[in-house]
Amino acid sequence: MKGSVMSVLVVLALVAQDRVACGLEDKSYDYTKYHTMDEISAWMSQMERENPDVASSMIYGRTYENRNITLLKIGFTSATPKKAVWMDCGIHAREWIAPAFCQHFVKEILGSYQTDPKVNMLFKNLDFYITPVLNMDGYIYSWKDNTTRLWRKSRSPGTGNCTCFGTDLNRNFYANWGMVGISRNCCSEIYNGPTPLSETEAQAVTDFLGAHQNQLLCYLTIHSYGQLILVPYGHPNISAPNYNELMEVGLAAANAIKAVHGKSYKVGTSPDVLYANSGSSRDFARLIGIPYSFTFELRDEGDYGFLLPEDQIQPTCEEAYQGAMSIINYIHDKNFRGSAITVTATLWTTLVASWISSANVF
Amino acid sequence: MQSVIRTHLESVSSHSCYATELSFINSSTRRRSPPEWIMKTFCSVWLLLSLVELRPALPVSQETPLACRGPADPALQQPETPEEMDTTGDLEPTHYPARRAATVALHYLNTRHGSPYRVFGLQQVHKASAEDVAAGGRKYSLDFSVTTSPSGSAGPALRCSAEVLFPRTERHTPPDVQLNCEALQQLNSTAEDEAFYQKYITPDSAVSAQYLPDSYGNMSEDMQPFWRLARVAASFIMLRESSENTEFNMAQVASITQQESSEKQLMLDYVVLLHDLPSQEIIQWKLLASWSPDSGVRVLQMEWQPRCPHATKPPN
Repeated sequence: MKGSVMSVLVVLALVAQDRVACGLEDKSYDYTKYHTMDEISAWMSQMERENPDVASSMIYGRTYENRNITLLKIGFTSATPKKAVWMDCGIHAREWIAPAFCQHFVKEILGSYQTDPKVNMLFKNLDFYITPVLNMDGYIYSWKDNTTRLWRKSRSPGTGNCTCFGTDLNRNFYANWGMVGISRNCCSEIYNGPTPLSETEAQAVTDFLGAHQNQLLCYLTIHSYGQLILVPYGHPNISAPNYNELMEVGLAAANAIKAVHGKSYKVGTSPDVLYANSGSSRDFARLIGIPYSFTFELRDEGDYGFLLPEDQIQPTCEEAYQGAMSIINYIHDKNFRGSAITVTATLWTTLVASWISSANVF
Repeated sequence: MQSVIRTHLESVSSHSCYATELSFINSSTRRRSPPEWIMKTFCSVWLLLSLVELRPALPVSQETPLACRGPADPALQQPETPEEMDTTGDLEPTHYPARRAATVALHYLNTRHGSPYRVFGLQQVHKASAEDVAAGGRKYSLDFSVTTSPSGSAGPALRCSAEVLFPRTERHTPPDVQLNCEALQQLNSTAEDEAFYQKYITPDSAVSAQYLPDSYGNMSEDMQPFWRLARVAASFIMLRESSENTEFNMAQVASITQQESSEKQLMLDYVVLLHDLPSQEIIQWKLLASWSPDSGVRVLQMEWQPRCPHATKPPN
């Protein structure tokens, strides 16, 4: 009698755990709203708890205000180190759609790896390192009140005689630091810091990328706004050796994006389609040898700018997901021989599909 | 394999207007500008000199922050390294020089034809070219399409052509725009504009609001026409402040206060926040705008409002 009661309880417990692991709990997390840093941190813990065999968190640095910079590592566990994809969101505080996208991306892959053979294969062969909010101090500050909403930089105080706060983290990396597209005035939004890697947030990313540089195949950094896919480098006179390939992959991603909701994303180097800049994380990633390094600038093109309405979160994330996956799948298929056949097939299918859909749009 | 991809991308591209991107890949020429080190040396020297100049008689501790200096101050509007000189001739439509010039044309279009129910946005640049002009300056010729909001991408796109002249003068001079759009007169938002006008021209109307949209990008449907009016009014400022090194959008309306109507015009006091892409700066302007369906939008007063950490007096 006791045995059967126990076994019933055990079965119930397993079923309950199974329901939780299916992500039933996270159906209550609203991915179509912007979330505070506290909510995002709690959500990260939840993702880890609910998906223990594929998700774990790692603290890899501290912000100026002493917060733990945390990423989610997602993929099947492996005895040997795996190749990996890095994604960070929220280097710039006011670009709220970016952290929203990182959360959406995590939700999508965790929700599909068991049923989607393609995602399953990605989990097998790759690890995803995803940082939903890199510039936590800045992000929290942008939530403070209406006057702080448009903050961009870190929250480190100015040095020397500077009375302004913050360094532009995306000008602070050791990648042609200080050469172009920066300001030496510490009150400027593109102030690149007193020295390269003066910011602990940039240092944290640098340390992690350096420690994993042999594993990392792909570096994606998510920003807004502009509807752009940027390839290295930010300096007008420097070309990445695989520029042609990066452009092809970027253009395929833009086509994948357009197929979702018809939005046009322009592809090119920053000096071509946006502006020259130096010290960016994308450039640093490429310089240390991570072959595929892209900046995504999500919606929109200036109507709402940084204040993208919440009813656009879902469609923006959907299209950006297809864009990111287009890049990730290409890289995966190129690197994992077993799927060599599917490379051609997938590419052909994608191209034909988007040709058909864009022909209809036209 | 690569040529297969290219051929297919080409066929896809011509439909999605990335054909020029392809030729960029295929030509495999990266523009080689004059010896880079000459530019670098020049820039470093220029930079050093300008830094020296920027140290006035004020003691260093009282040096005003960047945001408290005038908007005409080059250090505010542009990053401190001068932009690469573009080649004149045909421009890549997806690249920023063509887009910036088209944005200026858009600002101009909005000042002339914008209303609470009609704000123009850039859909796409089809063709662009630029040439230096004898008087000093660069003239852009543009062929582009615009959308109107509300109705946005659902509505018809208008085809426009424009010539945008950016003068090269020591102190900033606003660009000059010549513009032609097809079927401009046939746009019919006038019924909604008229209804909006009648609703708020009443003597006791005193609309006021702050932060449109709010931090979440949301705003009530009632406030949307006021937000669009702000975009049109802001276009006067953005047009005036534009150069080849700026790209302005209105980031947010900080506040709107309706004033007493005057001479059958709606009178609106706005504080708007403008965003400049290259410098990433947020620039605050206070303005007084009038509007009626017949007269269109006019900006009667405008005042730059520096966001200074201390109560520093703005220049002039």
